[in-house]
Amino acid sequence: MVLRGKVWKFGDSISTDLITPGRYYHLRSNLPELAKHAMEDADPTFSSKVKKGDFIVAGKDFGLGSSREHAPIVIKLSGVGAVIAHSFARIFYRNAINVGLPVVSCNTDQIDEGDTLEVDLERGILYNITKDVKIKYQPLPSLMKTILEAGGLVPYVKKHGDLKLV
Amino acid sequence: MIRGKNLAEKILNEHTIKDVKANDFVICEVDICFAHDGTGPLAIDQIKKLGKESVAKPDKTILFMDHASPSPRRELSNTHLLMRSFVNQTGIILHDVGCGVCHQIVSESYAKPGDIVVGADSHTCTAGALGAFATGMGSTDIAVAMALGKTWFRVPETFKIQVDGIFNKMVYAKDLMLFIIGEIGANGATYKSLEFSGSNINVMEISERMTLANMAVEAGAKCGLFSSDSKTKMYLQKHGREEDFRDVYPDENAKYERNIDIDVSKLSPMVSCPDTVDNVKTVDEVGDIKVDQVYIGTCTNGRIEDLRIAAKIIKGEKKHKNTRLIIVPASPKTYMEAIKEGIIETFIEAGGVIMPPSCGPCVGVHQGILGNGEICLSTQNRNFKGRMGNPEGYIYLSSPATAAASAIMGKITDPRGM
Ligand code: SF4
Repeated sequence: MVLRGKVWKFGDSISTDLITPGRYYHLRSNLPELAKHAMEDADPTFSSKVKKGDFIVAGKDFGLGSSREHAPIVIKLSGVGAVIAHSFARIFYRNAINVGLPVVSCNTDQIDEGDTLEVDLERGILYNITKDVKIKYQPLPSLMKTILEAGGLVPYVKKHGDLKLV
Repeated sequence: MIRGKNLAEKILNEHTIKDVKANDFVICEVDICFAHDGTGPLAIDQIKKLGKESVAKPDKTILFMDHASPSPRRELSNTHLLMRSFVNQTGIILHDVGCGVCHQIVSESYAKPGDIVVGADSHTCTAGALGAFATGMGSTDIAVAMALGKTWFRVPETFKIQVDGIFNKMVYAKDLMLFIIGEIGANGATYKSLEFSGSNINVMEISERMTLANMAVEAGAKCGLFSSDSKTKMYLQKHGREEDFRDVYPDENAKYERNIDIDVSKLSPMVSCPDTVDNVKTVDEVGDIKVDQVYIGTCTNGRIEDLRIAAKIIKGEKKHKNTRLIIVPASPKTYMEAIKEGIIETFIEAGGVIMPPSCGPCVGVHQGILGNGEICLSTQNRNFKGRMGNPEGYIYLSSPATAAASAIMGKITDPRGM
């Protein structure tokens, strides 16, 4: 799968508290409403300007903190095509795959806000069209790749009738 | 010679058919599986999407109402209703409003040495204190674990943290863990298992081991593990389940990715400053910081041992007039013990507010949300921007001793001077 979109750039240590603030706890039972506040404490204007297929690009340790899966869900619901970061916190990374949100872990120093990227998830190549720079990255381990391709963990388990290593 | 297994490898190995080592992908049977009112409703939705009406092990599957407890608004009350109805339908275990913080209850009543415990909360790692491979996941992973009784893992590499020496007065496990996180960084142990050992750990009570295990995730780790020993046995005994004890320890020739040695006799009380947990300073490096609110509680430091430490400092004193003091026992057992020991009285006499066993103000849902520009010193585990319900507030983290001293003085205070 090849994704193409525009970059919204964030820094290091974007916690799940910044992505889905605790003050909207009561909206967890209303995900479309919660999605209107996606990334709010990192950038209050994010959900009003993000377009379908755009990328979130960040520095180190994206998604650290709470295990709330609502974080990747609201990012996905807001239209983001993939999150690309220097590194990810463990639980966020796994949650993103489980809800069908692609995550790419690579050096993001040469990506700036507004750049247009093309991401080849299959081959592990990120092409920064704006800067004409190619970045190779390690594609997902095969199990996670299969879960993502199925659209997340629930469709994966339904398809195989069980939780299996493939 | 075949190399031995560290604790993480050993426990995961016992729960799967193939022989495991770090970096393998495995499917494991899980012993205990839980979620709370922040993550449970989504897990319930996912179980329904899987087409399941029941769970694999109802007597090992638990829901907690601790994050919004008692409920502060109707949306959350309705979430609680949904959870109660799922409990009725499936026969799983429920800890309703007021029954304590999930991690405290899992350690008191459920987790056993050698278990695999998965919970839809990042601090599930707390039960590592008892020698359980305990790790936090998201709602969908937990939904699958509840429905099928198993999950997949990538077997983590392990950092061995050797802790020796004796704590100085007013220095505790919390200070040690803040020090470790300050040293290795908030992502210094991402995907790893932290395995604690050493002469200091050998004499450490389970309550303090829980503080260390609890915050393993703040260094990015998957779990924080301890061998089981006489302290574990005593803890299980205290909670009426001595028969749950068994010996769990790493092999002698186990392999570790990294060794970290710490001599605690050099440590001072530590404070983590806004807005990341690894922004750690010694209490005297912090300078003059007035505090508007002090919070003593949570799965990190809301146990009876923590309340005793704080009460000893506060006894006979009054909290500072410009500082609010909030106390939240982590479980009903803790609360009862604190009442019997006169600790609750001490806090109330000092001007403190006591709240029911729950997460309290930790996650910014209710009960102690900060005003713009306000500063809280908390015994919790996280100080991210917005964590306590207001991105315009600031959170510092410390031990219960430093928190208690600071509540009296109205500013961040070295407890060694009290
Ligand atoms: S006390 Fe705080 S950190 Fe612990 S489970 Fe509750 S909200 Fe999470």
